[in-house]
Amino acid sequence: MTGNVIEVNNLEYAYGSVKAVDDISFTVKQGEIFSFLGPNGAGKSTVINVLTTLRKIQKGEARVNGYDVAKESKSVRRSIGIVFQMLCLDHEMTVSENLEYHGKIYSMPKKERKERIEELLKLTELEGKRDTLGKELSGGMKRRLELARGLMTKPAVLFLDEPTVGFDIQTRMRMWEYLREIKREGTTIFLTTHYMEEADQLSDRISIIDHGKIIVTGSAEELKNKLGKDLIYLETSNNKIAAEILRSLNSVKTVTEDTKSLRVMIGENVTHALPQIMEKIREEGIDITTVNIKKPSMDDVFVHYTGHGLREGDTKEKYDGMETEGVSE
Amino acid sequence: MSFEFRAIYWREMLKFFRFKSVLFSSLIQPVMWLAFFGLAMSDSFDQLTSLIPDIPGVPKVDYLSYMGAGIIAMDVLFSSLFGGTTLMFDKKFSLLRETLASPVPRSHIILGIGLSGVTKAFIQTFIIIGFGKLIGMDFFKGYTLTETFIAFSGIMLLVAIFSLGFLFLSGSIAITIENPEGMQSILTLLSMPLFFVSNALYPIDAFPAVLKFLSMFNPLTLLADGIRYFSLGSNFSVMGNHYIYTTADISVSFLGLIFFALAMLSAAIWRFNKVNI
Ligand SMILES: Nc1ncnc2c1ncn2[C@@H]1O[C@H](COP(=O)(O)OP(=O)(O)OP(=O)(O)O)[C@@H](O)[C@H]1O
Ligand SMILES: [Mg+2]
Repeated sequence: MTGNVIEVNNLEYAYGSVKAVDDISFTVKQGEIFSFLGPNGAGKSTVINVLTTLRKIQKGEARVNGYDVAKESKSVRRSIGIVFQMLCLDHEMTVSENLEYHGKIYSMPKKERKERIEELLKLTELEGKRDTLGKELSGGMKRRLELARGLMTKPAVLFLDEPTVGFDIQTRMRMWEYLREIKREGTTIFLTTHYMEEADQLSDRISIIDHGKIIVTGSAEELKNKLGKDLIYLETSNNKIAAEILRSLNSVKTVTEDTKSLRVMIGENVTHALPQIMEKIREEGIDITTVNIKKPSMDDVFVHYTGHGLREGDTKEKYDGMETEGVSE
Repeated sequence: MSFEFRAIYWREMLKFFRFKSVLFSSLIQPVMWLAFFGLAMSDSFDQLTSLIPDIPGVPKVDYLSYMGAGIIAMDVLFSSLFGGTTLMFDKKFSLLRETLASPVPRSHIILGIGLSGVTKAFIQTFIIIGFGKLIGMDFFKGYTLTETFIAFSGIMLLVAIFSLGFLFLSGSIAITIENPEGMQSILTLLSMPLFFVSNALYPIDAFPAVLKFLSMFNPLTLLADGIRYFSLGSNFSVMGNHYIYTTADISVSFLGLIFFALAMLSAAIWRFNKVNI
């Protein structure tokens, strides 16, 4: 094997006239956690559905665990585990019966099934719930059970479609712990998310996907470093004019206007650039009300590459948990 | 050779025995039919027809025994026709996703559900025959042990083929349709003509010619005739009508039902291969 567990070349997928996936190519290496980060409707689930052979590939080619998605779908199916975006557990069966059923449909021998169920109940901390009906589990437990189910057959690749959507941050971080543990055991993980932190903290590599296209791929570090060492956030009495002034400066690479502030990417050391920037703006009679210097975050990366925020109204979340060095006047 | 259908079967049976209310009603329903409808009707029918002279040399069968065969057929019809409904809910609540994404061939899903439906049909048939004997149904009268065994196996075989046919039909509808109300009304619509244009509950000799002709193709008639052949013999009279079943008749029952089941199987496979998630 080449070391690539997933190889996708020029994949396209359309629902009728709606192009959901538009000529994307990427590879996922053996043993890594790879994320698709993108907004609603970006085409994340569609890619998963094609790679898991739930939808027939239309254009391009894809290999999973060395098998051709188009021609060897049965082998692909035997190589993978899936946690779907939508919950799909049998509510009338218990936790262990749900796992048992999964083992049976993959023709696992009885002894192996029993052993694997024990291991997975332990991993997902559901041992006390083995005889609880699906409908009596909390949302987080249901997701954990689905994770356990996805791992039942010891798949080479685990696909997770927005595994932590709707969870509080503690529950989400526990899920990350499980996924890291699974990775340590050698399973390759492909996940989709629209949580910046999930992509940032959990993934080895990230592809930002928007409108069915991959915009950029790299590790969180690489992506952030491409934006320069530091970012300056300015709030002024006239952002529009201030932005124009900034764009004319040599030290400034790009300026993005947010609702309230200007995001300034600079090409050199912030300690030299900042005084000059502030002076130029003041010269035009514009007041600077706030200055923030911070390291680029995944949000910045996302906004930079897609030209928009991930979701409307998430400004609060955006400023949580970032290293900021405030310089106020 | 793969056996994944056993997993589907296992899940269906697990849930059948888990829902106590469904289990209870599916077991009690045939008994109620026999007890209320059967006893009430047979008394009045037998009274009405007591004046009709016996046909000399032909064993007479009472209405309860005649109808018992029809009740088996009807009960199996209803439970099979509605048996696919689980599939619609499985699809609706995306439970089917897990199975559809697995290496299980789609034909195995159909087969697993079919076999679980047949098991339920067997249980019901068994109950009807058992309870019917208890309240005086003349099934297997004068048969030796071997004859009874053969007759019983024959009935079960017919019930299995019939039940599979309707389960496949029901499954094809369930996998195609989106909402429970739609499913319900289609099934009700289907069951009406099946139910009335058949000889399950009353002889069809007095039917208008068109209905009589149509009823010959009704799987319910084929099954009811088959059960009567095995349980009541090939030559009897009921309510003044003389019934003679020849080997040809029973062969028609078998072949007709097998044809029906195979046609429904191909419909089911066709519909299942179209399912997208
Ligand atoms: N079954 C379908 N039929 C028609 N169009 C679809 C279907 N599924 C998805 N689409 C369209 O394809 C595009 C991509 O959808 P997809 O579900 O892949 O996005 P996503 O990135 O998974 O979004 P989300 O984060 O909301 O889950 C969207 O424009 C969507 O409307
Ligand atoms: Mg999605």
